[in-house]
Amino acid sequence: MKLTIEQVRHVANLARLSLTPEEEQRYATQLSAVLDAVAQLQELDVSGVEPTSHATLASSLLREDVTRPSLPPEKGLANAPVKMGTSFAVPKIIE
Amino acid sequence: MPLSDFQPVIGLEVHAQQLTKSKIFCGCSTEFGAEPNRNTCPVCLGMPGVLPVLNQRVVEFAIRTGLALGCTIKKTSVWSRKNYFYPDLPKGYQITQYDQPICEWGSLTIDTPEGEKTIRIRRIHMEEDAGKSVHDASVGESLVDLNRAGVPLLEIVSEPDLRSADEAVEYLKALRDVLVYLGVNDGNMEEGSFRCDANVSVMRKGETKYGQRVELKNINSFRFIKQAIEYEIARHVEVIESGGKIDQETRLWDTQRGETRSMRSKEEAHDYRYFPEPDLPPLHIPDALIDQVAQGLPELPRPKLQRFMSQYGLPAYDAKLLCAERPLAEFFEACAQHSKDYKKLSNWFQGELARLLNESGGTVGISTLKFTPAQLGELLTAVEKGTISNNAAKDVLGEMFRTGKAPDAIIAEKGLAQVSDTGAVEAVVDEVLAKNAGEVEKYRAGKKQIFGFFVGQVMKAMKGKGNPTLVNELLKKKLGD
Amino acid sequence: MALTDLSMLELAAKLAAGALSSVEATRACLARAAQVDGKVKAFLRLDEKGALAAAEASDARRKAGNPASPLDGVPIGLKDIFLTEGVETTCASRILQGFIPPYDATVVSLLKQAGLPIMGKLNMDEFAMGSSTESSAYGPTHNPWALDRTPGGSSGGSAAAVAAREVFGALGTDTGGSIRQPAALTNLVGLKPTYGRVSRYGVIAFASSLDQVGPMARTVADTAALLQLIARHDPLDSTSAPVEAPDYREDLEGGVRGLKLGVPREYFIDGMDPEVEATVREALRDYERMGATLVEVSLPHTKYALATYYLLAPAEASSNLARYDGVRYGLRAKDAKGLREMYGQTRERGFGAEVKRRIMLGTYALSAGYYDAYYLRAQKVRTLIRQDFSRAFEQVDAILSPTSPVPAFKLGEKADDLLAMYLMDVFTLPCNLAGIPGLSLPCGFTKSNLPIGLQILGKPFDEARMLRIARAFEREHDFTRRLAPV
Ligand SMILES: [Mg+2]
Ligand SMILES: [Zn+2]
Repeated sequence: MKLTIEQVRHVANLARLSLTPEEEQRYATQLSAVLDAVAQLQELDVSGVEPTSHATLASSLLREDVTRPSLPPEKGLANAPVKMGTSFAVPKIIE
Repeated sequence: MPLSDFQPVIGLEVHAQQLTKSKIFCGCSTEFGAEPNRNTCPVCLGMPGVLPVLNQRVVEFAIRTGLALGCTIKKTSVWSRKNYFYPDLPKGYQITQYDQPICEWGSLTIDTPEGEKTIRIRRIHMEEDAGKSVHDASVGESLVDLNRAGVPLLEIVSEPDLRSADEAVEYLKALRDVLVYLGVNDGNMEEGSFRCDANVSVMRKGETKYGQRVELKNINSFRFIKQAIEYEIARHVEVIESGGKIDQETRLWDTQRGETRSMRSKEEAHDYRYFPEPDLPPLHIPDALIDQVAQGLPELPRPKLQRFMSQYGLPAYDAKLLCAERPLAEFFEACAQHSKDYKKLSNWFQGELARLLNESGGTVGISTLKFTPAQLGELLTAVEKGTISNNAAKDVLGEMFRTGKAPDAIIAEKGLAQVSDTGAVEAVVDEVLAKNAGEVEKYRAGKKQIFGFFVGQVMKAMKGKGNPTLVNELLKKKLGD
Repeated sequence: MALTDLSMLELAAKLAAGALSSVEATRACLARAAQVDGKVKAFLRLDEKGALAAAEASDARRKAGNPASPLDGVPIGLKDIFLTEGVETTCASRILQGFIPPYDATVVSLLKQAGLPIMGKLNMDEFAMGSSTESSAYGPTHNPWALDRTPGGSSGGSAAAVAAREVFGALGTDTGGSIRQPAALTNLVGLKPTYGRVSRYGVIAFASSLDQVGPMARTVADTAALLQLIARHDPLDSTSAPVEAPDYREDLEGGVRGLKLGVPREYFIDGMDPEVEATVREALRDYERMGATLVEVSLPHTKYALATYYLLAPAEASSNLARYDGVRYGLRAKDAKGLREMYGQTRERGFGAEVKRRIMLGTYALSAGYYDAYYLRAQKVRTLIRQDFSRAFEQVDAILSPTSPVPAFKLGEKADDLLAMYLMDVFTLPCNLAGIPGLSLPCGFTKSNLPIGLQILGKPFDEARMLRIARAFEREHDFTRRLAPV
């Protein structure tokens, strides 16, 4: 399985990583190698096998609908790189 | 080919905010209108290390809605992550239900000009809301408020069974009524607690294959839904007629310009990379819970309306008004225990009571009335028996509305009881006629129109408390009619 | 014998007897860290003030006659993956540089309640992605047994700090072997409990369905005592198991007579270091001598575990790491134009190469058109791997194997060989896929004095028996008493 540079760019875009051209090349090679290695799974017959998405014994822990104290905004925003009043500020959103 | 040669096909996705006290996965309050980020905690801020714990009320509400809409409640449903980047989505994914939602295959009946129509509901699932970003033009930045992030939503997805903008509006109104009746949603479109996306396409009449659909987003009133869908239908027909092709895209309704515009095309559409949420085990719903929710299910708007017509003999118009809100319908039924003239009762609801509620400017609602159904019954009985006049009764109701005092007490206090004693009224009549001999003369000579003058004089003398029927009767007798 | 050479329980006994104070023990650790950490580089952050304050409080409780737990006053360290209120937590990543958490992880609260002074935050592979602690944004940690070698990873700082006696014990996390492999490489006991045994709340997520918190210490009894403090149900973690923890030390000396111990034939592979194989086989014979029965078992899907893991873990990670977006905390690229560029630049600069590689791999495995072939298929193979273990545990009480196929390797040695690095976890990660508990126990040394670990895998929630099995071996040897030469 050889990943193309276009595929690498597409995935990097989905993951919001601005890769350098060298990184694009490197990841194309390295991810291709990993994908070759994992291609081994294709040889197994998994028809009729249920997927395991959770390893837990726990089932549906539910909480009562009661409010608990929130964080004061000055604590919640203490780590914010940029804020305005009690809002997080981000570069202008253009869809 | 004109518009009428095309068949619109519409499916709706409704996002309804659930009326819980706390958010879906944390204990923060769901109240509306707080200072930005006042109702946030590490969990709904998407801090590193946090984990979701499900609010059980959210599950109950989903089951309640599913049962009311005739859905199958799935014994096991699964939480998924929907991955995308947006500043108001703190974790970089939304926890939602994807391929295994909690409710499937229900329906909702609506009225159309051609009669009743059943709209199929494909699925209902639970999910968390995102926060809110507002653009601050003065600083060229967007501001992010996460108070709404994590507020529980129900997403209700219809099949593409709707065939006109009017049907879509009917469906939404009926759905909103049901949700409000269930106590699951407050039905408030302006605050965004009942939101709708519409999938719209058109096909030539007689065809069976649906046309390319477009998703309309961001429509926050019934009026705009109608306008947006109608605009879109016309746009589709125009594009097709001029030999063009409809693109699969998401469009926004621009309320200023009254048109839809493209938001993003499928080329840049998101690849959401759904996968099962590892932090939440699959949700297993015991039969006992479904039974318990089923038992607490209220009568729904449509069956209630039909029962009001048959049980109380009310016209459809009255029944519809009375059933519009569950507390109003319930108050009417409680009053009907004490006052058997249901039509008259209904008139009082539509007349005086509606006026008083209206005048209170929303400070008093049907569930915060100061008087009891029995007291309203007493008041109407007093009118029926002639104890007080209809006009006086309006005053009494006003006083009951303001103070919550019993009608008897108000009548006594204000001396509103009518004098229905024949002897007492006769004495006053005689006195008035004696005092106005000249007028009596004229009346007897044929000036019948001054009869009202005598009534007025008698009532004035009795400070308005004379039983009008009796006053009339005695005057006519004495004047020799 | 230096104070810092004591085990946790030996120190606890001295504290209880009034022979030592917690402040003295804490100062001894600080002095030891000042002496050796320049070479070992286990600590990302020392919290001298916090540790001493906690020690003073502990001594006061002790004086008043009400210690908070059997380990009250025993200084420990935390992998920098645990959120500590008011103390910077970075997960060894640039993207979280300067992040001061507003809350404590559940396990941190539990340790504080139990009175253990927290010495500081320990180095690790960035976001726990690695097997050598070399992917830390703040430089590698060195193995106290051989400073030019890796202490393993990802909990390499935790392992090195305990092995170098800068702390008496530590907590790590294990997603594919990140407690057990460094424990094996530094002569420690390390336990990855059953998935759901210990709360993950406040633990920075790598792969949520695989991550588990566990203790690392120099002796089996210390490990049991530390586990005791954190093994409980947490209402803040929906995957936390509502299972009562037993007394892990009660049956510790029960021995192995009559137990059936499985030896999986798939775990003795070509390419394994011959000294490791010989030492582990010798340990197996010891168990036979002690009265256990060895049973050959088969875990036929073992060879698929690595591929399964390298699809599932990056997929979950790609989603878990989406929150590091420069909006609410951590790094933000300053000169970016517009939101899209801010995201891309922040994440490009904030994450290291290994993290980006795994985000890319995981994003790809989940993306449209590949989900079924990669992610879903891997989940199905995960089921087969779990079933392998269930079947094996019908025949045996526990399973024994090497922990790591090789002893500590030289820093930089595998930096360019991705797949060789991934192979370091080949014996440890099937356990995470199955959700079962796994323990690494010192079982000998190479000729050049590098530690070798024996892995004990148990049935779900059978940690007590695994500790007993480990203790039986420990009693017969002096390996856990041997101290790293640093
Ligand atoms: Mg939705
Ligand atoms: Zn919250």
